[in-house]
Amino acid sequence: MHVFNTIQAPAVCLGDDIDTDLIIAGRYLRTKDAQIWADHIFEDLDTTLHARLNGCIIVAGKNFGCGSSREQAAVSIQLAGVQAIVARSFSRIFFRNALNLAIPLFEVPDITCHDGDTITCSLETGKVTVQDESKNTMTYQAQPLSERMLEIISMGGLLPYIEKRMSFKAL
Amino acid sequence: MGTLSEQILGAEAGTYIDRQVDRMYVHDGTGIQTKLVWDRLGGKGVKAPYRVYVIFDHNTPANTSEVATLQRELRNFCKQQQFHFSDAGGGICHQYMAEGHVAPGEIIVGADSHSCTLGAFGAFATGVGATDMAGLWALGETWFRVPESIGFHLHGSFSRGAEAKDLALWYVSTLGMDGATYQALEFVGEGCAGLSMTERMTLTNMAIEAGGKTGLFYADHVTETYMAQYGTHCKHQQPQDPIYTREFDVVLDDIVPLLAVPHRVDSVVPVHKYADTELDQVFIGTCTNGRYEDLLRAAEILKGETVSVRTIIAPASRRTYQQALQAGVIDSFIDAGCILVPPGCAACLGTHQGVLGKGEVGLSTANRNFKNRMGVDASYFLSSVTTAAVSAICGVITDPLEVL
Repeated sequence: MHVFNTIQAPAVCLGDDIDTDLIIAGRYLRTKDAQIWADHIFEDLDTTLHARLNGCIIVAGKNFGCGSSREQAAVSIQLAGVQAIVARSFSRIFFRNALNLAIPLFEVPDITCHDGDTITCSLETGKVTVQDESKNTMTYQAQPLSERMLEIISMGGLLPYIEKRMSFKAL
Repeated sequence: MGTLSEQILGAEAGTYIDRQVDRMYVHDGTGIQTKLVWDRLGGKGVKAPYRVYVIFDHNTPANTSEVATLQRELRNFCKQQQFHFSDAGGGICHQYMAEGHVAPGEIIVGADSHSCTLGAFGAFATGVGATDMAGLWALGETWFRVPESIGFHLHGSFSRGAEAKDLALWYVSTLGMDGATYQALEFVGEGCAGLSMTERMTLTNMAIEAGGKTGLFYADHVTETYMAQYGTHCKHQQPQDPIYTREFDVVLDDIVPLLAVPHRVDSVVPVHKYADTELDQVFIGTCTNGRYEDLLRAAEILKGETVSVRTIIAPASRRTYQQALQAGVIDSFIDAGCILVPPGCAACLGTHQGVLGKGEVGLSTANRNFKNRMGVDASYFLSSVTTAAVSAICGVITDPLEVL
């Protein structure tokens, strides 16, 4: 019932417990200008990261997006051009925020990967393939998303999903 | 049926459900982001405005003209929508809600990660982001995955120098920063009866620091007595043969004063390991430790003394402030040389009222010591109120067991 394109992009690898303060610092939050968040993304973690994010897939360790509920963290990742996020695990508020923005998410508890490896992933199958420089490949099965989560992502996020729900209720 | 989360949500752990939410709240930071999303939705017809709360606490009073302009927009929107509204100075959102806007058995969602605090009242309370909150404004309901639960069986009572915050730091370090991800923490056992609502809120507040969806206490006579002052009816709750994924027996008497060291909340050691570390700032307040009982405990230590380091104190709410004023607690702080700032989040989020500078070392009663959070290239430790107060007098990290 769901049709998703396969995503293929180079990996940018991050460690464990990347908190939302590290994704976008509190001092940049108080604005409506979302570009500011994309411009300062990961500034307190690694100032070189920003330039490498466009067109990449983030591959993170466990507990990605822990800490503050700030949705600006997920918005900044999307605006920076990140195609998908693969992580050993996600913090649940970040997970919901990213899902609501229709960012493809893959939870793969045992993934190993290096910067620049080619990642191929599909929401339809939940398969995540890592291909290294020597063309060795390893395929993982991501934790399944619920029907609801897939529906929200396939519709383009929570806003279109709610619009549909509201129009049904109005009938 | 089962754990308190299962009882309130009415379904077994692991199932996905839709539930109407009894109360939903945002603060000035997440509120403006929620309104942005709401406007994109077309901005018509909040489902249940009488269940929506907007509480200004993060940057209050506004610290820049841009922030003031955003707050003005949100304030006007609240009036137009007839939301419950607490302006700058009213206090931290979780504490404001705790003052008569919560009841056992309710489902409460806040656009702030520490919304889990309200689980202290036997409510199912958890945090979401702006888009989820805009969806709640529109529909009045959202989806949940009923969490599995980790059980903490509490026995005995705290001994000299240790308090609820030390237990909170202990469980975060025991579970790790992701040890409770997608799960709820439940505090049960005969040790709960001796814990005040303030202590319970300190414990549930930090569930998120272990990745937890919420932290819960079953409503009992302590909850009932607290609720009575706000005229809220309180039905007692009981565990019903809950099944926990993990269980811990905790003897409160064995808990000692602890510190979370930079830059992880789960890097926890006994205070004496860092004794004599020079401090540039001590901060007492926040949704973890800024309540009246916390301030009273700090004042009992600071009374008649003089702090030897910059010490900032932020009451959690206006009511807290008034209680402290009436009890002479504020006089003790001022006499000791402390700086009082308005009720709210204050220095916790590193944007005003006590931002740390490069190379500075702080000690805070807050819940997060992430890198750069309270100031770029600064480092800070987390502790109990008691440890913070004795350290403020000495100007260096001080183990309460050495001086009390």
